[in-house]
Amino acid sequence: MPRIVVDVMPKPEILDPQGKAIAGALPRLGFTGFSGVRQGKRFELTVDGEVTEELLEQARTAASTLLSNPVIEDVTRVEVLADDTAEGQQ
Amino acid sequence: MTLETDAPFDAPALDSVRVGIVTFPGSLDDRDAARAVRLAGGTAVPLWHGDHDLQDVDAVVVPGGFSYGDYLRAGAISRFAPLMEQITAAASGGERALPVLGICNGFQVLTEAHLLPGSMIKNNHLHFLCRDQRLRVENADTAWTASYAAGDEIVVPLKNQDGQFVADERTLDELEGEGRVVFRYVGANPNGSRRDIAGISNAAGNVVGLMPHPEHAVEAGFGPDSSAAGLVGVRGGTDGLGIFTSVLKKLVK
Repeated sequence: MPRIVVDVMPKPEILDPQGKAIAGALPRLGFTGFSGVRQGKRFELTVDGEVTEELLEQARTAASTLLSNPVIEDVTRVEVLADDTAEGQQ
Repeated sequence: MTLETDAPFDAPALDSVRVGIVTFPGSLDDRDAARAVRLAGGTAVPLWHGDHDLQDVDAVVVPGGFSYGDYLRAGAISRFAPLMEQITAAASGGERALPVLGICNGFQVLTEAHLLPGSMIKNNHLHFLCRDQRLRVENADTAWTASYAAGDEIVVPLKNQDGQFVADERTLDELEGEGRVVFRYVGANPNGSRRDIAGISNAAGNVVGLMPHPEHAVEAGFGPDSSAAGLVGVRGGTDGLGIFTSVLKKLVK
């Protein structure tokens, strides 16, 4: 069944304390190549049947009203995940 | 304390003020908020988030807790509860706007509902913090702070994980410029909140939100060990009671 994926990230100017904690843990495990981490959220909205433009529009509206808070977060992606993509198979 | 607020009030008159306390799935401090209203002399009216009826209450407290387990974002799901529509409409009602107080999770709900600006993110140190916190009352003209004088300090419990108040610089300047910073942390900032802000109000002053818990400092024997004046004996702190007497006295007038 097709899904619409919505990615939400903390705004660049908002300090991301969780990302900072992860950034601190990485080098302790030997992952020394990363200079920063920001943690976001991914939502998958399952659709029964076909993803119409209207449904996509609904997803965009849901993304900006419920799934994110524009004061602290940006919606960075609203996209259909086709079942046959590698990502869809996961 | 000003003379005016120390003037005796007719107890039965205060008793006629009905303050609604909203319960969401996961609210924790609704009963303490109701108790605070009763101790201040008012009548507490339990309200259910799923109802559409405000039951003609004169004011509303949106209490603390972890509504919907803080899933998605603290307050994000509660903000769309049927009763919140009524509260948002009544709180925006001009001259006779409903006084609304959001405590902790209730503050988060009010920001998500756009009744108050800004938002709360995880504490800058990432830990849940529970301690008695000293605050300064910056604005004593709101519906919920009139029993204090501007500059008064109070000590009430603070307990949260997502307590860091954030807003863009323009919003912060606007809040400061319009005197809408109602409470400020005194001493070390406990969570990284911008400009040490602990509580704010809307432009009209009827809607106030704060992260610390005045409802846990209303009765000797069950409060913090200190008040702004110093040690008061074991759990003797009652500095939070004035929040609740403020709204009762305002509504009786």
